[in-house]
Amino acid sequence: MSEMKIVSGNFAAAYGAKLSRVEVVAAYPITPQTEVVEKIAELVSEGEMDSEYIKVESEHSAMAACIAASNAGARAYTASSAHGLALMHELLIWASGARLPVVMTNINRAMGPPWSVWADHHDTLAQKGTGQLQFFCENNQEVLDSVIMAYKICEDEEIMLPAMVVEDAFILSHTKEPVEIYDQELVDEFLPSYDPDYKLDVDQPLGFGSLGMPDWYMDFRYKIAEAMEKAPEKIKKVNKEFEEVFGRDPGGLIEEYKTDGVDVLIVTMGSISSTSKDVIDELREEGHNIGLARLRTFRPFPVEEFRKLTKGVNVVGVMDRSYTFGHGGDAAREIKDALYGHRDVILKDYIVGLGGRDLTPKILKNVMLDAISLQDKGLDKEIEWVDLKINQERWRR
Amino acid sequence: MAKVPEIELMNKGTTACPGCGAAHAMRYMLKALGKKTMINIPACCWAVIPGVYPSRNLDIPLLYTAFETTGASSSGVRAALNAKGIDPEEITVVGFAGDGGTADIGIQALSGCLERGTDTIQIMYDNEAYMNTGIQRSGETPYGAWTTTTPVGSKKAWKKNPKKNMMEIVNAHGSPYAATVSVGHPELMIEKIKKAKEFRGPKFIHIYAPCPTGWRSDPSNTIELCRLAVDSCAFPLYEIENGEYNIYKKPKEKIPVKEYLKLQGRFRHLPAEEVEKIQKNVDREWELLLKKEEFTKKDDGD
Ligand SMILES: Cc1ncc(C[n+]2csc(CCOP(=O)(O)OP(=O)(O)O)c2C)c(N)n1
Ligand code: SF4
Ligand SMILES: [Mg+2]
Repeated sequence: MSEMKIVSGNFAAAYGAKLSRVEVVAAYPITPQTEVVEKIAELVSEGEMDSEYIKVESEHSAMAACIAASNAGARAYTASSAHGLALMHELLIWASGARLPVVMTNINRAMGPPWSVWADHHDTLAQKGTGQLQFFCENNQEVLDSVIMAYKICEDEEIMLPAMVVEDAFILSHTKEPVEIYDQELVDEFLPSYDPDYKLDVDQPLGFGSLGMPDWYMDFRYKIAEAMEKAPEKIKKVNKEFEEVFGRDPGGLIEEYKTDGVDVLIVTMGSISSTSKDVIDELREEGHNIGLARLRTFRPFPVEEFRKLTKGVNVVGVMDRSYTFGHGGDAAREIKDALYGHRDVILKDYIVGLGGRDLTPKILKNVMLDAISLQDKGLDKEIEWVDLKINQERWRR
Repeated sequence: MAKVPEIELMNKGTTACPGCGAAHAMRYMLKALGKKTMINIPACCWAVIPGVYPSRNLDIPLLYTAFETTGASSSGVRAALNAKGIDPEEITVVGFAGDGGTADIGIQALSGCLERGTDTIQIMYDNEAYMNTGIQRSGETPYGAWTTTTPVGSKKAWKKNPKKNMMEIVNAHGSPYAATVSVGHPELMIEKIKKAKEFRGPKFIHIYAPCPTGWRSDPSNTIELCRLAVDSCAFPLYEIENGEYNIYKKPKEKIPVKEYLKLQGRFRHLPAEEVEKIQKNVDREWELLLKKEEFTKKDDGD
């Protein structure tokens, strides 16, 4: 029987791994991910989870061990955050190059210096080019659901890529919410065991990852690109299957919140989406024609969906909890990319909540009012940093 | 002495240079371990020697890994096999890395692998420099050697640091078995690797593997260099079994180390006093090893 439990985002991730019957876990602790590894250690030591848990000496080794385990035909899982994720960088690329469906949970945390353990999407988005699928979760239920779904998507023979299921530091990782922990049989029905066509096998000895000369390398890269291109449809399909089995829609590529025929479209990612939805309701009550798109799947980037969503829209206001220096907020830049040549729309990039800076309903409302005001006055600035010490008065009033 | 098994799991056709000790190392290692072996290979000469895609000259499952990951990768393969109920007695998981991949950039992953007690054989084939990238110094490059990053020049900038002692580092982890072996002594090498396979937990094998290209030695001298290294005690053959040292091939007559150095262009620049210094150090290390053997020898009655 499925049961409701009040659990943190970290426990939800651990239960997601357990329900996915991961065979090998290799992970290294880092705030605010530690509870994931502790919970899995507990579940394994209590015999509730039947996994080999490798207590590696670094995140680099964690991903290396997961890659090797996956190459040997086992379902592998890891979890990390910020500096740990950055340390894995080489192997995040390795996992996609090797076409291995390793799934990880990353707790979105700011990168130092200055040291910070709080919510920020820079860590995850710095890895956006590594060939990982990236799912940004809004709540703890979605964290659990997404881990299970990620295996199903990634293990599909047309995809065979790794994925990151990400949740915001503390706001989800350490906040308890009711989460439905599904019946194992139900999950088994949805997610069959992992049985790859090619793996390390003494009876059929193969080599994995050998030197590829220039007359081969590019074609292998193209195959990854092809798989990524197929991923949006696969994600939608698996999302639907998930809904049929578990009665819940985790959000697919983009979750649309009151977007029908809106003049102003706000785009958010991760945990700020819930508060933002309340603010949207408030503004709609006040007579503004505004809606919200929650960007759930950052890789593959939902290009087509954004083109559709912005039809007839006057202003797109994007809230970015990350900033790529010398360029801008990641989501805003990529949406612009998607809309180029398709939509003539005002797009403003709001840099918000870096390093865990609090995003109160008031600040969010002021951001949205600013976006609304652009309809009349036109674009004042392409990128605006919100709630800095030098402009706090404006955003907090 | 064990015979060299007939089985060939390394096929003809390699990209190794003539006289490559590392090529012998793989061949004998596979003869010792047989078909039921899975191997992890990081970036090193051996990432290229098997041939480029789609060719491959090894008849065992082969997993290439990132340069610094051999220990972790081996742990991952072992864990997957455990999860599938395949015991270490059934399949041997090997990490086969160069001296750089083992002793320098990969030492963290190796240490983690040993400390966790992973059931694997971690092999360092030691050609005493980063050869794949064109002969740069490593922690295993011996004192006095020329490499491209320890060029001699007018400031005499040959390597001024001693060779890192991996046997001691491994032993400090409490690993059940570690041995030095040499490709110039194939029967002994095979015997020790077979022996390693019988221990449960992490095992370590340090293979002495001359590199004519990097050592500036004649390819036909590879085996001769192995003999001279052992006979001069520059590279002693010994094993450590649960902390107990055993020098399994003592030279009948210790020859001067300069006999060994003079066949290698990488030591050509050394003045006599430097050779003397190296000799003193080799003598000291050898004495120390004899003492360790004496000290750790169990009484017969034990
Ligand atoms: C992270 C990383 N740094 C550097 C390299 C470049 N690199 C490849 S092989 C190698 C040297 C390998 O030396 P060793 O392990 O002694 O093996 P050998 O080539 O001597 O056989 C280096 C520096 C790499 N592949 N990855
Ligand atoms: S460079 Fe040295 S180790 Fe590498 S293949 Fe040539 S001889 Fe062998
Ligand atoms: Mg080397």
